[in-house]
Amino acid sequence: MSVAEQSIAGAEARGHGFLASSVGRKVVMAVTGIVLFGFVTVHMIGNTQAYMGAEHFNAYAHFLKTMLHGGGIWIFRSILLTAAGLHVWAAVTLTLDNRAARPVGYRAQQNVGSTFASRTMRWSGTILAVFIVYHLLHFTTGTVHPNFDPANPYANFVNGFKVPAAAGFYIVAQLCLGLHMWHGVWSCTQSLGLSHPRYDSLRRGFATGLTLLVVGVNITYPIAVLAGIIH
Amino acid sequence: MEFNARIPDGPIEKKWEKHKFEMKLVNPANKRKYRVIMVGSGLAGGAGAASLAELGYNVDCFCYQDSPRRAHSIAAQGGINAAKNYRNDGDSVFRLFYDTVKGGDFRAREANVYRLAEVSADIIDQCVANGVPFAREYGGLLDNRSFGGAQVSRTFYARGQTGQQLLIGAYQALERQVGLGTVTMHSRHEMLELIVVDGVAKGIVARDMVTGKIETHLADAVILATGGYGNVFYLSTNAMGCNGTAIWRAHKKGAAFGNPCFTQIHPTCIPVTGDHQSKLTLMSESLRNDGRVWVPKKKEDCAKHPKDIKEEDRDYYLERKYPSFGNLCPRDIASRAAKQVCDEGRGVGASGRGVYLDFSDAIQRLGKAKVEEKYGNLFEMYERITDDNPYEVPMRIYPAVHYTMGGLWVDYNLQSTIPGLFVGGEANFSDHGANRLGASALMQGLADGYFVLPATVSNYLAGIKPGTRPTADHPAVKEAEANVKARMEKLLSIKGTKSPTHFHRELGKIMWEYCGMARNEAGLKKALELIPKLREEFWKDVRVLGEGESLNQSLELAARVADFLELGELMCLDALQRRESCGGHFREEFQTEEGEALRDDENFCHVAVWEYKGEGQAPERHIEPLAFENVHLATRSYK
Amino acid sequence: MSKHMNLTLHVWRQKNAKCDGKFVEYPAANISPDMSFLEMLDVVNEGLIEKGEEPIEFDHDCREGICGTCSMVINGRPHGPRERTTTCQLHMRSFKDGDSITLEPWRAEGFPVLRDLTVDRSSFDRIIAAGGFITAPAGTPQDANALPIPKENADLSMDAAACIGCGACVAACPNASAMLFVSAKISHLGLLPQGQPERHIRVRDMIAQMDAEQFGTCTNHGECEAACPKGIKMENIARMNRDFIKASLTYRPATGGGGGVG
Repeated sequence: MSVAEQSIAGAEARGHGFLASSVGRKVVMAVTGIVLFGFVTVHMIGNTQAYMGAEHFNAYAHFLKTMLHGGGIWIFRSILLTAAGLHVWAAVTLTLDNRAARPVGYRAQQNVGSTFASRTMRWSGTILAVFIVYHLLHFTTGTVHPNFDPANPYANFVNGFKVPAAAGFYIVAQLCLGLHMWHGVWSCTQSLGLSHPRYDSLRRGFATGLTLLVVGVNITYPIAVLAGIIH
Repeated sequence: MEFNARIPDGPIEKKWEKHKFEMKLVNPANKRKYRVIMVGSGLAGGAGAASLAELGYNVDCFCYQDSPRRAHSIAAQGGINAAKNYRNDGDSVFRLFYDTVKGGDFRAREANVYRLAEVSADIIDQCVANGVPFAREYGGLLDNRSFGGAQVSRTFYARGQTGQQLLIGAYQALERQVGLGTVTMHSRHEMLELIVVDGVAKGIVARDMVTGKIETHLADAVILATGGYGNVFYLSTNAMGCNGTAIWRAHKKGAAFGNPCFTQIHPTCIPVTGDHQSKLTLMSESLRNDGRVWVPKKKEDCAKHPKDIKEEDRDYYLERKYPSFGNLCPRDIASRAAKQVCDEGRGVGASGRGVYLDFSDAIQRLGKAKVEEKYGNLFEMYERITDDNPYEVPMRIYPAVHYTMGGLWVDYNLQSTIPGLFVGGEANFSDHGANRLGASALMQGLADGYFVLPATVSNYLAGIKPGTRPTADHPAVKEAEANVKARMEKLLSIKGTKSPTHFHRELGKIMWEYCGMARNEAGLKKALELIPKLREEFWKDVRVLGEGESLNQSLELAARVADFLELGELMCLDALQRRESCGGHFREEFQTEEGEALRDDENFCHVAVWEYKGEGQAPERHIEPLAFENVHLATRSYK
Repeated sequence: MSKHMNLTLHVWRQKNAKCDGKFVEYPAANISPDMSFLEMLDVVNEGLIEKGEEPIEFDHDCREGICGTCSMVINGRPHGPRERTTTCQLHMRSFKDGDSITLEPWRAEGFPVLRDLTVDRSSFDRIIAAGGFITAPAGTPQDANALPIPKENADLSMDAAACIGCGACVAACPNASAMLFVSAKISHLGLLPQGQPERHIRVRDMIAQMDAEQFGTCTNHGECEAACPKGIKMENIARMNRDFIKASLTYRPATGGGGGVG
């Protein structure tokens, strides 16, 4: 049936649930996005302890592993995993819908209102997903780490970043995170309807500030290791 | 031909109320057994279709646009009148009635006009209930402005987009009914014939403009709300698609045509720039509230930059001629005055057909910010089109065809001379006489749609048995369908050398030259020779490419031009026979010493009701005498 | 007078919804800068008719920027290069002699091409029919001034109501999302006191219909706002999302007995 022949869905479509609707899935994107950005921010703050030396850093890692008798980290992990899963699910289904919404493209599309960050969300998101898997294998399980020592996270941190390729990938991923966050933080306020002309400039400002802070600090880690500041 | 205006008796202020009570009602359980066709989806059509469906009838609504929301009512900028007297400035139903009758130069039917004024207040209430975001004051109450020659502030508005907002309100009500299944919307469908069975309107033949399929639709009543025929002039402020086909087809099937020559020329339009011009853009009349109209006193100043023309060398001709109304005098008078000064060679702009509308005084008095707040969007539009900045240089304007007061003749019930055929809005002739006042068209469209037609069509339906619609194989239905098919095939088969636009443009030139702002006997006679010749040439030499069974805009246009070529002739004939000047109809032979319109109430205080007599036959002119019992016949004076 | 120009058009030609289309090149010679874009196409079409070729079909009607009929993507931008200007109000002085202009129809699953540059936008009508209204049958409602509306709300409502339903937002959106259009209607009605009773049901029904018409989803690019000839703001989309969340959180499933009048 062509679109033109469709009738008004009216009451039937009203039954069409929150998660099935486009806006509902956007809300899922936004809420899970906030969880994930929140995690990234806390993670960044926690890692600043690398600058305070091995003792501090290892104690922090130990605390994370043992809080609530070791259950705390699993609570966080399950929340993050669920958020990431829902985020990816919403992203994939919405992307497929969006592709289907324009089966024939333009010969000469000009972009006027959008930004590089907004147009590359799918790519920055995909790279981030790959990076997260790599990051877990690198620092959590140690599977791809050259000389992993479960008892000494600080050494893992330093040795891990001493490999230029690993540091390079980390930096690229952080730039993707920057793009993703800059558009995403602003975008989720829009999706959740948190917009008011009076605060609009703050929304952009907040997104820019948070992004610069998180990405800026994160990028210093591999650079500091390679430069020998953290050793 | 017999026709009866069916004006209810009794005092004028009681007529409508009494009539509403006396009209018959349809049993609620029977309403769904009736089917009504509404052609047009503008203010009258959209509001009428929605309101009839709300009553319980099944409605089929047709429009040539791709959506009912695009009907040309949308383009009305200024506002809508209503006798609310929110300003305490002495307004009343009677005053609105009085102003409208007088503004129409005493060529409208009193009873209809009174009803219009009476329901005007309900319209505003209805529109607000529907969510029309009229302009408001800080206290939250509705704002008003004075408009188009009225001395009270009775015009409600929504920025410069009043028509749009009113139409969207009606459109939403219509779409609600579409969602409920009571209205079937047929967009991109053009009515090409009226189906008349045993003298009664029973349906239409329409062309699906996407597939080209010719369809018949049958109903218990047919309503035409198809707007005006200003596009007979080729250049007008009407939308490109506006046409006279529906009413012309109905006319040829027996519906009389009232006052075809009454055309309104709007004084404030952007002047023509060249032969490529496809339409004219209106600048809202509200601009005349603060803008001053002038031309140079001396011909030789015309080419100068307006800033270089000294104050004492400027002729503010409206203020000079009409001191009490000044720049706010009615449209017909302002238009004619502009033509006069341009004819004297004092017009400005490259074509010499333009006058200045100057805001420099207003900017000085009110400040640029205030002017921008009031007219910003209009100034922006002007600049987009002309590349001139009206804050710096005066606007250039010139009159253009805007509205047709004439239309199918209807009685008090808005029923034409064909039983079962109703006509609303600009398509009928009824309420504006020889000249329409500003902000009255929206009022009339919605009055007809929301209030008059639902009542009178119900009354008509109550008189016919449910389920008596003809079937599709009725000979009259078959014949109508076959005629349309033949006409389309004919247009496609001519395969001549000139495009339909060519003929349209040529017709427009004749009409504008001889049947435009000023008319005279010799010119009209000339036009009556030229038009049949052009029509003959059209049917020999028009080139319509493509097929009938597909989207084919050339074919659509050709069919419309073919009807304009007949309608234009009737307009000239009517103009020739109305040997007086009144309102928008100005015959040069009939004017006062000062060049004002000179009515002849003794011989022409009537509606000219034209009857079609068949192909090649001269149409017959009947008259409906007009009686003025409540507003005394007087010469309009805006001095 | 200003100089006339010669241009090259690359126009999407497609016989009907079922056929495939292709770009065809046409010269547009001797074009006056005072012409509107559509008048330029009129001139090209007259030339085509003269040569016996079928003219380019494009939607247009009022030619004064208010009806919302005209619709074409000009060099990759809906309604062309000028901000807040519909195609019909775009003038040729926005182009230079020798320019090459690509003309494409709106591209979206919800707007199937009918012919050449003409598309079917009836999906927008169905979205309005699903809920874009206030239920107020004609009759004798209360006096218009019985319901004071703060000027600010009336103005904001009017800002949203200025939408002409042209579909440029969908055409411009990389996701072919109709959310600017839908949210403009939700804001127009939702900002007025008259619109409150149906506010929640309206947003749910309109979004459901919007999804059923296969429009995409907003990813907050802002292309719609940039393309909108009437300056409709993305703030409306945020308002719609907010209303939708509220409506979804407080929605009571129908019990089946609500509709009867006995």
